[in-house]
Amino acid sequence: MTRDRTSFSFEQRFGISAAIVVALACVSWSLPIAAKYPLSWKWPLDQLLTMWLKFLVAQISFITRGIAHILQMPLDFAIGLLAKGFEIPLGSETVTIPPLSWAGVCATFVWIGYRVGGTRLALLQAACSAYIVLFWQWHAAMLTLASVLVCVPVAVACGLLIGVFAYSRPKLNQWVLTPGLDIMQTVPAFAYLIPTLLLFGFGPVAAMIATVIFATPPMARVTTLALNQTPMEIRELGKMVGCTERQTIWRILLPSSLPSLLVGLNQTVMMTLNMVIVASMIGAGGLGFDVLRALRQLDIDRGFESGVAIVLLAVMLDRQGVALANAAKPGAASSKTLAAMFGVPLAFLIVATLLGTQFDWLREFPKALRLSTGATLNDAVSWININYFDAIEAFRIFVLTHFMTPIKVALTSAPWLFVSGVVTVFAYFVGGARMAFLSAFVFAFCLVTGLWDKAMITIYLCLSATVISVVIGIPIAVLAARFDPLYRATTVAIEVLQTLPSFVYLIPVVMLFRVGDFAALLAIVAFAITPIIKFTMTALRTVPADLVEAGKSMGCSGAQMDFFIRFPVALPSILLGINQALLFALAMVVITALVGTRDLGQEVYIALTAANPGRGLVAGLCLALLGILIDRLFQAGVARLQHRKSSQSFVHGELAAA
Amino acid sequence: MGRLNWPIALAAGAAMLTSSLTGSAQAADSTDPIKFVLNDWTGELLSSRIMGEALKRQGYKIDYVQADAMAEFQGLETGDLDVVMEVWATTQKQVFDNALKTGSVENLGETGMKAREEWWFPEYMKEKCPGLPDWKALKQPDCVKAFSTPDTAPKGRYLGGPVTWGGFDDERVQALGLDFEVVHAGTDAALFAELESAYKRKAPILLWIYAPHWAPSVYKGEWVEFPPYTPECYAEKKYDCGKPHGPIWKAAWSGVKTKWPKAHDAIQKFSITTDEMNALIYKVDRDKQSVEDVTTKWLDENEARWKAWFQ
Repeated sequence: MTRDRTSFSFEQRFGISAAIVVALACVSWSLPIAAKYPLSWKWPLDQLLTMWLKFLVAQISFITRGIAHILQMPLDFAIGLLAKGFEIPLGSETVTIPPLSWAGVCATFVWIGYRVGGTRLALLQAACSAYIVLFWQWHAAMLTLASVLVCVPVAVACGLLIGVFAYSRPKLNQWVLTPGLDIMQTVPAFAYLIPTLLLFGFGPVAAMIATVIFATPPMARVTTLALNQTPMEIRELGKMVGCTERQTIWRILLPSSLPSLLVGLNQTVMMTLNMVIVASMIGAGGLGFDVLRALRQLDIDRGFESGVAIVLLAVMLDRQGVALANAAKPGAASSKTLAAMFGVPLAFLIVATLLGTQFDWLREFPKALRLSTGATLNDAVSWININYFDAIEAFRIFVLTHFMTPIKVALTSAPWLFVSGVVTVFAYFVGGARMAFLSAFVFAFCLVTGLWDKAMITIYLCLSATVISVVIGIPIAVLAARFDPLYRATTVAIEVLQTLPSFVYLIPVVMLFRVGDFAALLAIVAFAITPIIKFTMTALRTVPADLVEAGKSMGCSGAQMDFFIRFPVALPSILLGINQALLFALAMVVITALVGTRDLGQEVYIALTAANPGRGLVAGLCLALLGILIDRLFQAGVARLQHRKSSQSFVHGELAAA
Repeated sequence: MGRLNWPIALAAGAAMLTSSLTGSAQAADSTDPIKFVLNDWTGELLSSRIMGEALKRQGYKIDYVQADAMAEFQGLETGDLDVVMEVWATTQKQVFDNALKTGSVENLGETGMKAREEWWFPEYMKEKCPGLPDWKALKQPDCVKAFSTPDTAPKGRYLGGPVTWGGFDDERVQALGLDFEVVHAGTDAALFAELESAYKRKAPILLWIYAPHWAPSVYKGEWVEFPPYTPECYAEKKYDCGKPHGPIWKAAWSGVKTKWPKAHDAIQKFSITTDEMNALIYKVDRDKQSVEDVTTKWLDENEARWKAWFQ
């Protein structure tokens, strides 16, 4: 049994830890094996996994191919309906049925927006549709919408089933399902694209299935949560009227938690749209592919136009979904309003599409009226590049030589025994034996699979990015929390940064700062800074009013209020924001593989491009484990901090009372 | 308004539909779409589009599917993908040979283009590292320093292609004991954007250049001369040699031959010269025309040539 850590005093524990660290340092720098893990000791887990997976694929591919074949049908139908039309061979001739007219689809969005959300929503839908049509994104947007329309029901169905299953078997949920969902969400999507490719073949269906894997966990979680939160009376009611357990769940509990389930549906739609670019790497077309292509050609304008179209499509579906969820609350809609809601748009669609066979402009928006940013953004970035090259370069070199390279050299050249030992001792310090065990396991995994160097580079990138995010983010958040107009502007900016596909802002970053660690760092910062600002801003603004009043009455100045009152109260939330930032940074690492980093993300990306499932999964697992370790360590640290603080204030309180 | 007369409305609808019939004569081949692979470099996009659009003009249906240069063979073996228009002897030979051995992939012959890929430096770098183009010069500390940048210091910096292209550069650096760090460009465009930027300022750069491409003719420079490639060097995983030279082939799933015999025949006859391709890539990359427009123009101007593929 492990000894209870409270049995040592703080000084004793500190002494023991310091002794272990010194001992580790001595061993690490004197034993070559402790400094650099011998290549020949590598456990070929990746090769084993690849072998098993290939074997598995050979055994079950007829089943998965069958599933792919079945899913292909609704997808083909949706794509035909929205984007490509149908060609039906009739004898020696082919009948062409055109896809739905853009005018009809737009009218449908506006109409439903009007019915469920009034004029405001209708205007929003009209504006978003207008952008998509005018900027000539219609065809790609409909391809994307088609895959969303097929993915979402499948993901929702899977999520519901898993969620209900988890609710009815709490033990299984705790030990199998929850960790499973955790891993589904932390292993980068790139890593499971490869097994998906092998099982389901190249093309839109494989991309769709990867999307479903990515989008299912939130729905499953929401379902379990909603079921657990249903009031006791409703469950009792089920028992009283003599329902079986299954009937209680499906007939009573699920319908009564419809509003929460609709939130889950909304999440699923958002996750699906998040995946479009990654999915386009294995054959999904549409907006995602356009952004990817723009990145490959370094064409900021095209990437920006398509990226904004993705954001707007997400906004349209999101707001429509929220309005529908609200409308669903007061009770079931009557059949008359339903008829109006769906009958009218149906008429729009049919009429516009039929007319489209006669009038070209209804079938396809006239190219002459197309709007475009042309090459404005490209020109702007090149102008900056030409005129400010020296300044940009000087800045880049300064950050690299004085900040990034030292961290990199320290982490990559430090002996593995020392690094893992110190972190493990630290883990024991903040979280006890269990945390130490987790830490040792994570480092051992990275080490024996031969990924140590890449793991260190990953940590170096995430750490540098998080430090910079904190340095830039917290002052912004402090200012934004104080001034209302700035607060609103920052909120919008954060939302844009979070929904705009990260690939879009990789393009100008690469053009200005060239490929390499610095470009990757900036891209990671742009993504990881959002939770820091968000958490800090919210925490500072929600400091209890009586505390603020107390501060004011004591005559604190503005800065004093921030430092002595708001900051200490908001500290746990701020730390949580930093924790989130680290996790966001880890998630972004995979994407920065596209701008030439040498970390675990690149390992996953290489595996993807070489269709090597084992290599990708091992690197993906390594990333997921690092993420879990960082998360748990941070949370344990914050918990200890709070504990210490509360016990301290307790002591102070007692003293005061005495 | 009175009640709509449904039968009449439907009939009118049907009439409008049939009036929009686009009856096209069917080829003797299967009417299923042929799936062409799109990779991530401009030349391949052009080759695929040219062949694909030519087939389209002959009444075939074509689907373009995005796949990576190494992963695509997996798809070809299972028939998920049908045709790949560029398989480079320089980087893809090994994977291609393995795929051919399975019997499910067929070599459709050479495209007429000759491939060369290697480490490349601009001419002005010879002043800073006089031993070039011999690779041994890269072992000199002065040369390493000349090619070093803040990102990679104290090591030299070599800008490799996107990881999707393979190429064994990390292995090469290790096998030859070069004190260089391989930075992968991530994308085709980023590679040449850096070359352009460095060339203008005469900044040090050592990078992966391939031909057919416009870069070797627009910029003055040379390829590094590594120990010549031998099949054993790669087969035995030594990688202490340069990259192989050779033709660019076309490849297909073995089922294409029976499913679309005429198209199969035409793809075999597809041929284009290195110079021609260089000019086309230049139009896309430098003149910023779209791949689709360049393809359409080429097909319009060379109608006799591509029609001959279908004879």
